Amino acid sequence: MRRQVLTGTAGVISLVALWEGYKLLAPDDGVVVAGMTVLPRANDVAMPHLWDMAARAAAPVTSAPGADPLWLAVGQAAAFTLGVAAVGWVIGVTVGLLTATLMQRFRTAESALLPWVVLSQTVPLIALAPLVRRWGSQLEIGAFAWQDWMSVAVIASYLAFFPVSVGALRGLSSPDAVHVDLLRSYGVGWWRTYSTLRLPAAVPHLLPAVRLAAANAVVGAVVAEVSIGLRGGIGRMIVEFGASASADPAKQWSPIAGAVVVGLVAAGVCVLLSRALDRYRVSEVS
Amino acid sequence: MSATAPTSRSARSGPVEPVGPPDGSAATAAAAAVEVRGVSRRFASRSGDVVALSDVDLTVRAGEFVSLIGPSGCGKSTLLRLIADLDRPTGGELTVFGRPPHVARQNHDFGIAFQQAGLLPWRSVRANVELPLELHGTGRAARRARAAELLGLVGLADFADHRPDQLSGGMQQRVAIARALAESPSLLLMDEPFGALDEMTREHVQTELLRLRAESGAAVVFVTHSIPEAVYLSDRVVVMSARPGRVREIVPVALGSAGDRTEELREDDQFFDRVRAVREALHGTDPADGTARGVDQR
Ligand SMILES: Nc1ncnc2c1ncn2[C@@H]1O[C@H](COP(=O)(O)OP(=O)(O)OP(=O)(O)O)[C@@H](O)[C@H]1O
Ligand SMILES: [Mg+2]
Repeated sequence: MRRQVLTGTAGVISLVALWEGYKLLAPDDGVVVAGMTVLPRANDVAMPHLWDMAARAAAPVTSAPGADPLWLAVGQAAAFTLGVAAVGWVIGVTVGLLTATLMQRFRTAESALLPWVVLSQTVPLIALAPLVRRWGSQLEIGAFAWQDWMSVAVIASYLAFFPVSVGALRGLSSPDAVHVDLLRSYGVGWWRTYSTLRLPAAVPHLLPAVRLAAANAVVGAVVAEVSIGLRGGIGRMIVEFGASASADPAKQWSPIAGAVVVGLVAAGVCVLLSRALDRYRVSEVS
Repeated sequence: MSATAPTSRSARSGPVEPVGPPDGSAATAAAAAVEVRGVSRRFASRSGDVVALSDVDLTVRAGEFVSLIGPSGCGKSTLLRLIADLDRPTGGELTVFGRPPHVARQNHDFGIAFQQAGLLPWRSVRANVELPLELHGTGRAARRARAAELLGLVGLADFADHRPDQLSGGMQQRVAIARALAESPSLLLMDEPFGALDEMTREHVQTELLRLRAESGAAVVFVTHSIPEAVYLSDRVVVMSARPGRVREIVPVALGSAGDRTEELREDDQFFDRVRAVREALHGTDPADGTARGVDQR
């Protein structure tokens, strides 16, 4: 734990040093060779000083009276995106686990489903987002009306479920023949075998899959917000502030930092989850 | 299955053999532990069928210790798996305590141990021993008591809370034996359980198994590659031949009741005598070939 904190801190410090060092050394207009920009511009519009960004974060979002400070607005947007990504992650992990269970239980399901699972990931997100939104908007059951954030969560889950279903399938099929024989000799059925043997044995395969799913859910949520046009999240905020970058260059870096924090929180949750399941991570003994 | 105390297990059909196994002499009218009648097992494969077992007959009486020995690939494991209902015969018939193997399996009539200990790595040693009891609905307190008792028997009382990977191979194997004994089965099926152990540990665990078996009075079907091991442990040694797997000869060895057998027996002339008899049966040519079997064989 202490080592992780140390390496994390070292990473941040070297990033700061790299940014400010580049700004110090590189020419303001970058390096252009034969009309191509080889090194990016280092002027204050393209790369504001870190302390300018910090100062901008503390200032109000807009000049309108009573406006929240920028860091607060970014924090709220980050929390919103994190929430949507979390919903997507939970759905994705659940669906992934269910698909894998189905594939493990029925051989025919594996040959029928697995190609589709793999194929599903070749559909580009940009093409998918408007479709999901359109389908969702046609959905209305009683008092329940489809919200745009649900479309974003669905897309996040769509990216999250893939690694989980593949990892879980491998994990659920991982127990040794002697373990399967042993449980069979006890005369227990499929469900008890699943809960006492297959699921615990799958944990070492599931944890990395679940981590990958979390990263995918966050990226999926941020990108889907932009392509669906959902307001209130960090993705939309990055695009919005980026549009006014020339007037207020330091402003757009706050939501970018916010997106990084969302990713870090998601990774942190996964670390806690790994901790909780620590005893299932022991390497196999004969 | 409803909750069943492990000790009430023995309330099965037919009178149960009194504690203290018969040395092959006290044959009973009760259902034999294992009855194998003309059993064959053929494995179909792309490169032609493999006949793993062909027309095997074998009776294991209640409380009897029988070893299966034979060249690699002669179908010893296959026979054991058929008895345990982990596989089905392609011909013939098996019964376990007078019932079809799948009924015996559902009734938890037997305990089983393999060459690999097969402990679940995420469970403590105690929880591994408790596994069959837990799956069959024994209460928590009864489970704990039984596990403590068994771990004491195999000399691992101090390791109850350890993880399997903190134990040596021999210790893991002893845990696996304790687990096989958890429900006080009247039949133990063991497939080269000591195969991976060094000679010293092996001899120690063998003596331990004899003692456990004397106390429980269970019948044992024991697969091994070692002639001395088979002779030391068994009442009878079943010698098998390969391709197709057949019972070549059954050598009675019973060197005194299980409880009386001690380390000294390994030095005994009688012991060497039986070892020689089994070796001759193992290496001898088939009577079908017309050659005298066992002549000038060491
Ligand atoms: N599942 C299977 N599919 C196909 N063939 C099999 C299968 N299991 C066993 N066999 C074949 O049956 C024969 C007997 O195998 P078995 O494992 O019973 O031998 P064994 O006597 O236990 O050998 P060993 O002493 O090496 O353990 C072998 O020729 C093996 O190839
Ligand atoms: Mg074998």
